[in-house]
Amino acid sequence: MSLAVRVIPCLDVADGRVVKGVNFQNLADAGDPVELASRYAAQGADEITFLDVTATVESRDTTYEVVTATAEQVFVPLTVGGGIRSTEDVARLLGSGADKVGVNSAAIRRPELVGEIADRFGAQVVVLSLDVTRADTTPSGFVVTTHGGRTVTRIDALEWAREAIERGAGELLVNSIDADGTKDGFDLELITAMRSVSSVPVIASGGAGRTEHFAPAISAGADAVLAASVFHSGQLSIGDVKSAMQAEGIGVRS
Amino acid sequence: MSGSRPRVVVLDYGSGNVHSAVKALERAGADVELTADRKAALEADGLLVPGVGAFAAVMESLTSARGGEVVDKRLAGGRPVLGICVGMQVMFDRGVERGLEADGLGEWPGTVTQLDAPVLPHMGWNTVEPDAGSTLFDGIEDERFYFVHSYAASDWTLTVDPPFPQPHLTWATHGQRFLAAVENGPLTATQFHPEKSGDAGIRLLSNWLGSL
Repeated sequence: MSLAVRVIPCLDVADGRVVKGVNFQNLADAGDPVELASRYAAQGADEITFLDVTATVESRDTTYEVVTATAEQVFVPLTVGGGIRSTEDVARLLGSGADKVGVNSAAIRRPELVGEIADRFGAQVVVLSLDVTRADTTPSGFVVTTHGGRTVTRIDALEWAREAIERGAGELLVNSIDADGTKDGFDLELITAMRSVSSVPVIASGGAGRTEHFAPAISAGADAVLAASVFHSGQLSIGDVKSAMQAEGIGVRS
Repeated sequence: MSGSRPRVVVLDYGSGNVHSAVKALERAGADVELTADRKAALEADGLLVPGVGAFAAVMESLTSARGGEVVDKRLAGGRPVLGICVGMQVMFDRGVERGLEADGLGEWPGTVTQLDAPVLPHMGWNTVEPDAGSTLFDGIEDERFYFVHSYAASDWTLTVDPPFPQPHLTWATHGQRFLAAVENGPLTATQFHPEKSGDAGIRLLSNWLGSL
């Protein structure tokens, strides 16, 4: 027996509500993040990730309230990403009950942020989130994008991962823009490449469509798998995904 | 005000996320106060010492809150203390992180060092090998607990002679074997986070509360 592979549902939250439809039966309120997080935890989610897609700084206060309310009821780790620009933002999120924070574009603009958070709160708090696509402009053939994949930078994704780990990132959340939304399976080539440069855990994201897609992501080197729409639509349950991986000989928490 | 609920203080000395520890202890059946007040911390039925971040940084905050004194006094009087994560690590003599050596509280002999594993931090749900007769793991079988750390104590050198009860040592493995939990008289500690370990974690906290 050893460390279990983690299955992580991701919920987009704006103004205190879950956005992007979640279709579960018997939900009192389909947009309530606390109810949904509890539901996923009861189904066996190993962690919960909230992506704060709030547009304005003012409405971030509601995100802190959501985090607090969730942490009062859900006793699995909670990661919050989106809009984190400073160690003060991190201090408030951790104070509200978050365990980890996801940093993305702010770290690209100012890589020192990764080290600042790690120095103050520990590397285990910093999840570096990368939205990656293919490009022949970088040595590895993988490039970092921003704005949900719409803006392609000139940053080599593997170089950035290496640098962020050196600066103190404790985990990589690797989202494949090429696979995202296809439901054709995870981007195994990207996962393998990231594993080869990463000494920290790698979370694979983007492309999950069927239960049999998850085991190959683990074989390619992922320590955890994250998905959103397939879980929210009810197309797959956390339990289905875990059973499928277990059938392939992968250790999961039952 | 239910009289039978044990009173637990979660030591508030500026260490990371303590919110969950408070809520999980409440769920497990305690009346919980989050405070740095020494009198409250000394008088409570149980004291929880949380710990998130680097060993040296945790020791520094703990020392400025005079947390070490509180722990010493409680243990001298046989009053229960539970350390979690780095709150467990600081119970040992010293910790070495990124080449920096720092003194711990020295309740147990030994040094906390980096795990020898291909992927660090050790992050996620792992199995444990509880000691037979453990109170903490009583009734908990084949459950996983949530770990997030890169350092741990991997040696136990304290010998306890009869008539004092032998400590219960619980081990886990990530790259190498390390101590996942220790129950040594009034001092209990877990390297994993029971407050983040779902139902199994609540059960474990409830076992600790039952021993107060």
